[in-house]
Amino acid sequence: MQWDIVIGLEIHVQLATKTKIFSGSSTAFGAEPNTQASAVDLAMPGTLPVPNEQAFRYAVMFGLAVNAEIGRRSVFDRKNYFYPDLPKGYQTTQLDHPIVGPGFVDVDLADGSSKRVRIHHAHLEEDAGKSLHEDFHGMTGIDLNRAGTPLIEIVTEPDMNSAEEAVAFAKKLHSLVSSIGICDGDMSQGSLRFDVNISLKRKGSDELGTRTETKNLNSFRFMEQAIAHEVERQMDILEDGGRIIQETRLYNGERDESRSMRSKEEANDYRYFPCPDLLPVVIDDAFIESARDLLPELPDERKARFKKRYGLNDYDARLLSDDARMATFFEETASHGKDAKLAANWVLGEFSARLNADDKTVVQAPITGKQLGQLVARIADNTVSSSGAKKVFEALWNGDGGNADAIIEAQGLKQVSDTGALEQMVDEVLAGMPDQVAQYQQETDPKKQKKMLGGFMGPLMKASKGQGNPKLFNEILLKKLNH
Amino acid sequence: MHNKSVAELSRELESGKISSVELTREFLDRIKAEDGQYNSFITVTEDKAMADAKAADEQRAAGQASVWTGVPFAHKDIFCTNGVATTAGSKMLANFVPPYDATVTANFRAAGAVCLGKTNMDEFAMGSSNESSFFGPVTNPWGLSNGQKRVPGGSSGGSAAAIAARLVPAATATDTGGSIRQPAALCGVTGLKPTYGRVSRYGMIAFASSLDQGGTMARTAEDNALMLNVMAGFDPKDSTCVDRAVPDYTATLNEPLKGLRIGLPKEYFSDQLNPAMEQQVRNAVKEYEKLGATVKEVSLPHAKLAIAAYYVIAPAEASANLSRFDGVRYGYRCEDPQDLNDLYTRTRAEGFGGEVKRRILVGTYALSAGYFDAYYLKAQKVRRLIQQDFINAFKEVDVLMSPVSPSPAFVQGEKTSDPVTMYLEDIFTIAVNLAGVPAMSVPAGFVDGLPVGLQIIGNYFEEARLLNAAHQFQQVTDWHQKLPQ
Repeated sequence: MQWDIVIGLEIHVQLATKTKIFSGSSTAFGAEPNTQASAVDLAMPGTLPVPNEQAFRYAVMFGLAVNAEIGRRSVFDRKNYFYPDLPKGYQTTQLDHPIVGPGFVDVDLADGSSKRVRIHHAHLEEDAGKSLHEDFHGMTGIDLNRAGTPLIEIVTEPDMNSAEEAVAFAKKLHSLVSSIGICDGDMSQGSLRFDVNISLKRKGSDELGTRTETKNLNSFRFMEQAIAHEVERQMDILEDGGRIIQETRLYNGERDESRSMRSKEEANDYRYFPCPDLLPVVIDDAFIESARDLLPELPDERKARFKKRYGLNDYDARLLSDDARMATFFEETASHGKDAKLAANWVLGEFSARLNADDKTVVQAPITGKQLGQLVARIADNTVSSSGAKKVFEALWNGDGGNADAIIEAQGLKQVSDTGALEQMVDEVLAGMPDQVAQYQQETDPKKQKKMLGGFMGPLMKASKGQGNPKLFNEILLKKLNH
Repeated sequence: MHNKSVAELSRELESGKISSVELTREFLDRIKAEDGQYNSFITVTEDKAMADAKAADEQRAAGQASVWTGVPFAHKDIFCTNGVATTAGSKMLANFVPPYDATVTANFRAAGAVCLGKTNMDEFAMGSSNESSFFGPVTNPWGLSNGQKRVPGGSSGGSAAAIAARLVPAATATDTGGSIRQPAALCGVTGLKPTYGRVSRYGMIAFASSLDQGGTMARTAEDNALMLNVMAGFDPKDSTCVDRAVPDYTATLNEPLKGLRIGLPKEYFSDQLNPAMEQQVRNAVKEYEKLGATVKEVSLPHAKLAIAAYYVIAPAEASANLSRFDGVRYGYRCEDPQDLNDLYTRTRAEGFGGEVKRRILVGTYALSAGYFDAYYLKAQKVRRLIQQDFINAFKEVDVLMSPVSPSPAFVQGEKTSDPVTMYLEDIFTIAVNLAGVPAMSVPAGFVDGLPVGLQIIGNYFEEARLLNAAHQFQQVTDWHQKLPQ
């Protein structure tokens, strides 16, 4: 039996506001437990919520970045359930009138194709606190520092059909919310959390299968694993003639296991109703325009600009534009590097490989875009060969001596481009290899000739102590041999 | 001194005839001597009051006194008071001492008033007789002579009884469905429920957020105006509070009433009304005609639906508002919880009284999947119709007048077994809360020796007009000056 995979995501994004969504407490991560919880956050009797304007602005910025309609009348609802880290006994969220309406995100896939994922809506809500089950000897500790941190919950349509698509979308979303500055993007601190809805349907069928929800995936790797795991689990059940139960599941990435958290029957009746402590918030044109003014260049816009301005191909342009910091680094390199395509090759090649090898992010790199750009400029003007340039890069990375020029000078990596000197070396080398010269000149197949040409390059580079410009050597060789 | 109004006491203090320390001592002594029979206070803060009185005298000596500096009063025990127990009449909060002031509390503190303590109330403001308090029922100072103990009304029954018994000249109160007006009527004092959003709800323990409104209670309309001057105004801590200029409510008290257009809603003069009560209300309206007002009958066609809508909306909001009382962070916690579920269920089963549980159950039911549309949404539609009724009525008249309660103070225990009979106590007051308009209760006579209240309802933010009408009435009547035997 062949199956189609259907995936929809719900993503909780912590907004990078300084204070909480309904109180003036700080949202900074990592403080001592309960030191950032005010009377409002503790749900002390008589306390009331006051909305944080910045959270609305960030949510609107998100809406604009995903081409969405903005909800002009935003209403908060109470979602009622009891849990110790939910101080009021209800979460303040939005049910029927969310701040962000339908929109979409276009995602580039590895095969070069593009996939449109529709956004159903995104709503504002407050985060809960944390329950700490360790270190309390059979009891549970409650930390309410996180309680009231503003979130947007983004809900997609079930538009993704593979783990690859879902992860590509998730990465795109991560890059989007980070680059527009509404989220710090730190997944290890729970700044973005993914819930994945998965169902299978018979290949080509229009009828959706029963879905499960796997909650709280906080890394792309776990997300990919969890989807693979759940697809396999559902496939096994369906192929054995079983039925999928609608339920919420928890995935353990360490063990590649999942277990049922609760079934639909066990689900709470949340008894949503409009929060009477908060009036509907009306978003006017001026507010939307002020949010639009705060939006930096979006990754898609940047990609288009990179293609146009730097003549990059689609693939390179995407890799360089997705992450704002990478894009900035590239543009700095290109501006000093004279040749933008060469700059792109170096940023995506040597530089990215080195970041990976050292497990560093762009901002942690020990060299600047300017430094790399200066090196690229020397490659472009033939001062240094690409093999020499690798040595310069290595020295820059290790912090041995300032700029590319100084290193080229110090290590004697300057290419010899003096035609007279190079011609003399060619004459000497050819004189020492008469048999090979004769063989070359008798050969009629240009492919074989080209291969034989390489046989002269080794001795030439050796004669020039590696400093001869290979391009010029090549030209001179052809001229002399074809006489 | 204890028979004097706030305005009079303020003048006595200003003239130096008496100090705040002496005045505060006198009222504290009265509470000590007499409150045993009324139980109108849950907490008396004697030491704090005496210290505040001393500070007030110093402030007055320094020439920095306001009208309220050194004047004793009390807070309903629903307003959070920094460092002083705030119980909402519940076992759930019997041990709760808030580390913050309600905005109303802070405002009186800033004005220099001397708080003597916290008055008794129905548990979480849910009741019309003050019999649901964990701290015991309050007894109405009126009607004791015939040997029967009567209710003071509720839920602000402690404030009303304390004022009637001359234990304080004024007290704060709150009104969700009649909780200021009905006890004011039953105890023969003057009370005002302002427009929803006029007074901050921050630090006022919530019953039903869209209906709750803090207000005033004292013997005279003038004192109510003085209180509202302190309480009204925008508060950035309450998103439902209205940012609108606050007039000096005493400035217009003496405006003549000539030409005032009074409407009598025919639905509020129904056969559910005790005929002797109706006579007193109609007599009061006649006084207004003598003062130059005109009277016509008007209709609030949906008023009859108010109780039904209210008993869906108020419990629904309450069911969520009271979820925070879970034994986790503050307040009552059951002994030896076995697990989380046990902690929740026993804490709430033991900590809440019967009426509160009844309303949480009703509200939870009304919001449940499958019932929400039929109850909550329908009730909200009714609420809009009722609002429209008032908007329409105020196109024709300036104020509405009606009885406050269908009968005078009843005997304790008489209605506790039948919640619906109890709920009908608020039949004339509840629509006002659903609409959000302001309304007063003004003493207007007696039936069988028990006080009768006249309800005056105004258009949104027209508290000044209500206070003016009540004050002028009190210049030609003395019902508000009568003393319980």
